[in-house]
Amino acid sequence: MSDQRGMVQRRGLGHWFTHLGLIIGVLFIFFPIWLAFVASTVTQPEIVRPPMPLLPGGHFIENYSKALFSGVNAPVATMMLNSLIMALGITIGKIVISLTSAFAIVYFRFPGRTVFFWLIFLTLMLPVEVRIVPTYEVIANFGMLNSYSGLIFPLIASATATFLFRQFFLTVPDELTEAARVDGASPMQFFWHILLPMSRTNIAALFVILFIYGWNQYLWPLLITTDPSMNTIVMGIKQMFPSGDDLADWPVIMATSILAMVPPVIVVISMQKLFIRGLVDSEK
Amino acid sequence: MEKRVIFKGWMLPALLLLPQIVITAIFFFYPAGQAIWQSMFVPDPFGLKTQFVGLGNFEYLLGDPYYRASFVTTAIFSGLVTVVSMGVALYLAILADRLIKGSGTYRTLLIWPYAVAPAVAGVLWMFMFNTRVGVVAWYLGLLGYDWNHVLDEAEAMGLVVVASSWGRISYNFLFFLAGLQAIPRSVIEAAAIDGAKFWTRFRTIVWPLLSPTTFFLLVVNVVYAFFETFGVIHTITAGGPQQATTILVYKVYSDGFVGQDLGSSAAQSVILLLLVGILTVIQFKFIERRVHY
Repeated sequence: MSDQRGMVQRRGLGHWFTHLGLIIGVLFIFFPIWLAFVASTVTQPEIVRPPMPLLPGGHFIENYSKALFSGVNAPVATMMLNSLIMALGITIGKIVISLTSAFAIVYFRFPGRTVFFWLIFLTLMLPVEVRIVPTYEVIANFGMLNSYSGLIFPLIASATATFLFRQFFLTVPDELTEAARVDGASPMQFFWHILLPMSRTNIAALFVILFIYGWNQYLWPLLITTDPSMNTIVMGIKQMFPSGDDLADWPVIMATSILAMVPPVIVVISMQKLFIRGLVDSEK
Repeated sequence: MEKRVIFKGWMLPALLLLPQIVITAIFFFYPAGQAIWQSMFVPDPFGLKTQFVGLGNFEYLLGDPYYRASFVTTAIFSGLVTVVSMGVALYLAILADRLIKGSGTYRTLLIWPYAVAPAVAGVLWMFMFNTRVGVVAWYLGLLGYDWNHVLDEAEAMGLVVVASSWGRISYNFLFFLAGLQAIPRSVIEAAAIDGAKFWTRFRTIVWPLLSPTTFFLLVVNVVYAFFETFGVIHTITAGGPQQATTILVYKVYSDGFVGQDLGSSAAQSVILLLLVGILTVIQFKFIERRVHY
């Protein structure tokens, strides 16, 4: 039974063309990243006198330590820490408030429940990009410019996760709730000891997706972090280019670009199953 | 769908809902309301007072050739991004689906660019095509082609389209491959026994069965091209040259924050809000259909 596809599976030459096509695709995807990596290991003169080399040079440690510890406007290590705090803040914040509100909506009847559900539902899919000016004013009035809370809160205000947990809670068998009630469990005990453990995989899958979403934010940090020490790495790269005609410090900028993609890429590759599940779940 | 077994009380659920309600009210409903409110006012030149103009901002926008041009730019841009990223992804997914072994390996190799931020993708592509140091631009020059996306509008559009599609291929590939693998082998084998060649099988069986996936991706990719590509455009072209790559979201930003024209920017936000609303309705209509599929 090793060959279930039988006659629709191409053999011989066709088989190799299939691989060839895929390899070309993989190379196309890799090429820009390979170039960025090469540029991050050579010296500035090697880049500004084109064509730059296509194989890595010997300045890896030099360029990366320059980026990490001095950078251009702020050390990249600081920007990475900011990105990490923002990404984790968005991820954890969104998961926590969504879990509790989905629990309230599914497991209780109270006046205005449907209204609340629809109010939350309305926020689905309305990205921060379309309400940037007024949201910026809110943050400015609260004195939250250049702060972590300013970076995190506006991006938590969306209902995708609530909706997801609601869908999942609805599939949890009523017998479990019944049994918990018979045993005298309070609602919160049921939540902690039964519902949360059952939601583990969903939470983990959502964690992966939200972490990437948070790490990769660009427009919002660009607006509210004017202080270089609060920049996140993804938005900080563009700030490293000099204005006007000065020459950009390409090796350091490219090292920063590589550093900006390493954490989310590691998350995707090491948690591939959860990542795929999270993607499919959050788009359902 | 409703739960039969529930808990009693209203204090606890109110407390549980509170954090989300407060955050959504402050950071979502209030700003969205403000956008609608501001869209009906024009600030005086000194920013001291505002004057009520009703739908004046909208009237002005719809008559503004720059804004209309931005609509066209957005349509071209999102159309191209959607077609390019879905086309390449479908091609790769069909190839990977033909393999008995190894499709998992290719999937791993192809999906991780999803994790690369659009803004970082923008920097990578801008580096390759940089007029001074870009490797690709240099080799194009060797072939006698003078690449300059800083001046040439079509080249600028081409570059932001490719840079925006590049990372998106992963996402589309993943969904196409899953869609293809969900098609029962027996159906395809039966057609093969009847003598149907690859293209006939693809046209008459695979493509129709794949259409729910295709339609879903169509909507999602348009939404992506509308909103999430800001980073690509800001890093590569900053909307230029001559606004050739100023898509609607970029214009909200540049009018609101660079140009400080708050009324117009708010009116543009409202129009975008409506557009997203329409796209959401389309998506949900479709999802309902898919459930009954």
